[in-house]
Amino acid sequence: MKPERDPETGWMTTGHEWNGITELNTPVPKPVWFFLIVTALFALGYWLLMPAFPLGSTFTKGLLGADDRAAVTAAVKEATAERAGWTGEVMAKSYAEVERDPRLMAAVRETGRTLFGDNCSVCHGREAKGGRGFPNLTGSSFLWGNSPEAIAETIQVGINSANPKSRVSQMPAFGRDHVLERPDIENVVAYVMSLSGAKASVGNVEAGKTAFTANCAVCHGPDGKGKTDVGAPNLSDQIWIRGGGEEASIYDFVWGGLQGQMPSWEGRLSPLDLKILTLYVVDLGKQRP
Amino acid sequence: MFRFHYWLERKAIGFALAIVLVASIGGAVEIAPLFTIHQTIEDAPDMRVYTPLELAGRNIYVREGCYACHSQMIRTLRDEVERYGPYSLAVESKYDHPMLWGSKRTGPDLARVGGKYSDEWQVQHLNDPRALVPQSVMPSYARLGRNPLRTDDLSNHLRAMRAVGVPYTDDMIANARADAYGQAAPDSPLAEGVGKRYGEATNVRPFDGAPGVLTEMDALVAYLQILGHLTDAAHKTVATGQ
Amino acid sequence: MIEQLTTIERQRALVLLLAVTFGGLFVLIAGKDEVLGIHGALIMLLSIAAIFYVLAGYFAPEPTAPREDSYYDEPAKAGILLAMGWAAFGLFIGDWVAWQLAYPSLNFEAGWTSFGRLRPVHTTSVIFGFGGNALIATSFYVMQRTSRARIPDQLSPLFVVFGYNLFCLLAVTGYMMGITQSKEYAEPEWYADLWLVVVWVTYLIVYLRTLAHRKEPHIYVANWYYLAFVLVVAMLHIVNNLAVPVSFGSAKSYSLFSGVQDAMTQWWYGHNAVAFFLTAGFLGMMYYFLPKRAGRPLFSYRLSIISFWGITFLYMWAGSHHLHYTALPQWVQTLGMTFSVILLVPSWTAAANALLTLNGAWHRVRDDATLRFMMVAAVFYGITTFEGSFLAIRAVNSLSHYTDWTIGHVHAGALGWVAMITFGSIYAAVPWLWKRESMYSPRLVEWHFWLALAGTIIYVLAMWNSGIIQGLMWRTYNAQGTLAYSFIDSLIEMHPYYIARAVGGLLFLIGGLIGCYNVWMTVRIAPPQLVPESAADYPEPTVPGAAAPQAAE
Ligand code: HEC
Ligand code: HEC
Ligand code: HEC
Ligand code: HEM
Ligand code: HEM
Ligand SMILES: [Ca+2]
Ligand SMILES: [Ca+2]
Ligand SMILES: [Cu+2]
Repeated sequence: MKPERDPETGWMTTGHEWNGITELNTPVPKPVWFFLIVTALFALGYWLLMPAFPLGSTFTKGLLGADDRAAVTAAVKEATAERAGWTGEVMAKSYAEVERDPRLMAAVRETGRTLFGDNCSVCHGREAKGGRGFPNLTGSSFLWGNSPEAIAETIQVGINSANPKSRVSQMPAFGRDHVLERPDIENVVAYVMSLSGAKASVGNVEAGKTAFTANCAVCHGPDGKGKTDVGAPNLSDQIWIRGGGEEASIYDFVWGGLQGQMPSWEGRLSPLDLKILTLYVVDLGKQRP
Repeated sequence: MFRFHYWLERKAIGFALAIVLVASIGGAVEIAPLFTIHQTIEDAPDMRVYTPLELAGRNIYVREGCYACHSQMIRTLRDEVERYGPYSLAVESKYDHPMLWGSKRTGPDLARVGGKYSDEWQVQHLNDPRALVPQSVMPSYARLGRNPLRTDDLSNHLRAMRAVGVPYTDDMIANARADAYGQAAPDSPLAEGVGKRYGEATNVRPFDGAPGVLTEMDALVAYLQILGHLTDAAHKTVATGQ
Repeated sequence: MIEQLTTIERQRALVLLLAVTFGGLFVLIAGKDEVLGIHGALIMLLSIAAIFYVLAGYFAPEPTAPREDSYYDEPAKAGILLAMGWAAFGLFIGDWVAWQLAYPSLNFEAGWTSFGRLRPVHTTSVIFGFGGNALIATSFYVMQRTSRARIPDQLSPLFVVFGYNLFCLLAVTGYMMGITQSKEYAEPEWYADLWLVVVWVTYLIVYLRTLAHRKEPHIYVANWYYLAFVLVVAMLHIVNNLAVPVSFGSAKSYSLFSGVQDAMTQWWYGHNAVAFFLTAGFLGMMYYFLPKRAGRPLFSYRLSIISFWGITFLYMWAGSHHLHYTALPQWVQTLGMTFSVILLVPSWTAAANALLTLNGAWHRVRDDATLRFMMVAAVFYGITTFEGSFLAIRAVNSLSHYTDWTIGHVHAGALGWVAMITFGSIYAAVPWLWKRESMYSPRLVEWHFWLALAGTIIYVLAMWNSGIIQGLMWRTYNAQGTLAYSFIDSLIEMHPYYIARAVGGLLFLIGGLIGCYNVWMTVRIAPPQLVPESAADYPEPTVPGAAAPQAAE
């Protein structure tokens, strides 16, 4: 087949044919060369400025001496410096002082919300209302005390965490370890339920009270109102860390014991973050009923 | 140029060879030097290998396709460092055959999730993610807690890892199975060997809460809890957070 | 199929199948304690079934007409039907996992149906099952016609098609059972990888032998691309899959490389799987079927040269754009980014070459949904490559990486380019191959086209939105200079887009199913008259002196 002119475009074909397909010999349009050159020049410039080509055991560093790692370290530092105004104040002031400063608290609430969302919400919930096994941080009194210092300590070292300074709190397994037998436990459960005005289906409240005083009062206090020095919860309110205060589950707790774990955030979060979170939680606590 | 091509396109083998040649250059320039430039991988003398239990957990992570949703690579960007912690170093995945850096974050990055939550939380979360995080789209993996962990071939796994360059000792290989049991049963006599072989800082805990039986849940949680903790190198070089 | 084979070829087929059966038995015995054993049993069962199939046709009369007079199209036909089957399956799984991300309980709590296991089932089914079969089938079709030579062997192309599908089957059933290497687009384990090497080398040999027999002095540009596809995929596959198995009886292996070197090797592979599987191969398809269907000469031979060598050279440098800002040394990232930017030029010339070919045939594009599929594919190819080069810029990638933006880019390419060019080519090739006047129903082709286009647009727009929102939320700072949103905040925002994407996917899936029906009916329903649509597509004499155009074989 001979090259022939395509009537449509006016270009010649190459003279080859493959099962009816022919090709035009159209020259490469100018813009193609232009953009090839422009992009290649861009690349060339970029190679000169940035780390680019390997050289055996090293590589070309580029005229700008750019380095992502140095850059991000600088960016984080710079950002820290930019925030230094309010963060400096948060760090320098006492909890009470920050709490009184609406401007600082606005910053704490905003920053705290994200920090809480990324680190705490999977346990305590996005609204910090807790879940089964994870305390509500907007309700009742805090296990280890309501003072910001106590809360700060809890967040920093955790409860039953891997941190050597961790707070330790453990509810013994009275049933499993044969301290109390089934009827005793039923009695004690009935008593515990009566503390918050509920009624158990079995068990004797009076006998339960005796058993409670003998076994539980050391931690939960004689009236069951909890003790913040051992982190034992108040049993006389309507608030339950673990579920809704059903008879069966309380029985399980007394039988098998409890040891909730709150991780330690020291080392993972900066002292500033810890302080912001403490203030955030304290602030949430103010929403308590 | 077009003339040369006019000639080349008439030679099937020549054309094939030309393709192979032209297509080999990029890879050769980019991959080979990664083995020769020392700086590519940072030094981390404290870097330890995965215990047999963690390795088994890693294999479950691969098997279940967790990498499809979770990255393990914190980039050198301010927001990532502030959210997830120090950017990832190459050395941290030195013993990862293959690496699990990931390419999609349907869920959060896991490079530093080790120690972030309690074992109990991890187990509950894997059992039923939506019970803890109502908005989660993560599948539940409750069956892992019911599957006993296979341990009889763990020595072979360690041996294969050694063949690709991970420094497992004969002692580690010989005791792989015992160490897997021991790591999840702190009160058993087997627990002792784990610390001896892999360092006293190794987590030895009943990961799934039931020290009696060794399950796939134990292995996966053991793996999740070591993520980001094989070496401290990243924390030393980087300014973190605020 | 068997009637086409001579007795000696039938015997060879039996020997080959017996060998595979014993291979399966070996795997079954070696892996009896493991999931690997199931794969052994599967291989055995399939090859025994194939043995029965061959035996059933064993005593059929040998072919009498000299086969050299016609093209050997059985493997291509099989490949096209298989491609459509994989399309239906892969699109269905894709849409299922899409719904799972909107409503996670749709995984029904089983292991094999969980997102992490099904996602690679989706990617493998569509890329390797659908795309791969379509590539193999059309390459057999195209290389014979552009070489004016019959494939010089009967058995090996069938081995390629069925061996390849065995690989795909091992891959997807493996993921469901938890067998995976976790390397994206290279997930199959070592034994499946080895099997693919055997299949692929055979494929290459078939290709080169046919080319060697060609009666056209020049090799047509479609074949350049197909050849690059076969060669480079072989290279990539072998290097990226180097691994040490735990034992011969274990499906599990540990990859040879680790950490940063493994990441670079993986994305050198992954990116070029995109380049040479999802791009070069399909460009080969486009360069044959588009000018053929449009009845126009290819716009420019010279542009073809620029695009082809540009793509072949530049793509191989670009893989590191998947690793921007990671622990991969920055110098490699620089190379990945800059080469990706230059790459836009040959990519667009390839797209432009196709679109300009349509000058003079735009009325056909208007009237013919098949050609419109190809035209839209070329446009999406242009969009995707532009987007790709844009995403490869480090600053952009810092936002897009890890987000749904990547997924949007992928599916602009996968749905808009890969699937559209394939459907267009299949709608063109099916009547030509089966010697029908046209597709069973041109109206259904029209329906498929609009469903596919609507589905693609909805999918891609949804993912662009969700991806950019996600990326921005992760890096938005509030006035205090701290992160404004938690990860879960961003997750919540994704929900409506995930629903939209799943709806778009559903439209695309329905289109695909219509396509399957249409192809099947075209094949099944005996046409009133057997005529090839294009006169040029007669299986014209391939050997000097052979008979003139003939009806269906
Ligand atoms: C792995 C789950 C988990 C995570 C994550 C978690 N916590 Fe806790 N947290 C707990 C558990 C469990 C308790 C209760 C321990 C107990 O019952 O003794 C607790 C207790 C607390 C308490 C004491 C509650 C009280 O009623 O006195 C505070 C305050 C607290 N967490 C704050 C936080 C903050 C702030 C964060 C994030 C930085 C956080 N927690 C992350 C599990 C978690
Ligand atoms: C050694 C200290 C200790 C003793 C003794 C003790 N407890 Fe507790 N108890 C705790 C701690 C600490 C918790 C919180 C544990 C957690 O949530 O992880 C707790 C939790 C509980 C709860 C669950 C509270 C909730 O909010 O869900 C109940 C009910 C309870 N204890 C009842 C009892 C009874 C009844 C006894 C005696 C038979 C008893 N405790 C003895 C320390 C103790
Ligand atoms: C469909 C996607 C998907 C798959 C598959 C998946 N995840 Fe997740 N994952 C998520 C999402 C979304 C979240 C965030 C919400 C939550 O905490 O559940 C998450 C959260 C997590 C977290 C908590 C991270 C943090 O810092 O808060 C861990 C740990 C985790 N996943 C582990 C796994 C493991 C292990 C697997 C595999 C066995 C897995 N995931 C599979 C989507 C997934
Ligand atoms: C019905 C149409 C389709 C739907 C609904 C669909 C859906 C999906 C979903 C939900 C994902 C996972 C995304 C994520 O992890 O966030 C995905 C990934 C993917 N799909 Fe599809 N898909 C479809 C068609 C296709 C086709 C036709 C192809 C290829 C030819 C394809 C190739 C891919 C690839 C390569 C990925 C992985 C992307 C990545 O890892 O970045 N898909 N698809
Ligand atoms: C010039 C051409 C192209 C360039 C430069 C390019 C570039 C890119 C970039 C930068 C990414 C994102 C990587 C990340 O951040 O994780 C990406 C992902 C991807 N692209 Fe392209 N792209 C191009 C063309 C195409 C085409 C035509 C397809 C065809 C389907 C395609 C399919 C994909 C796939 C499947 C991924 C996802 C990889 C993964 O699993 O993460 N690309 N591409
Ligand atoms: Ca991906
Ligand atoms: Ca593989
Ligand atoms: Cu790429």
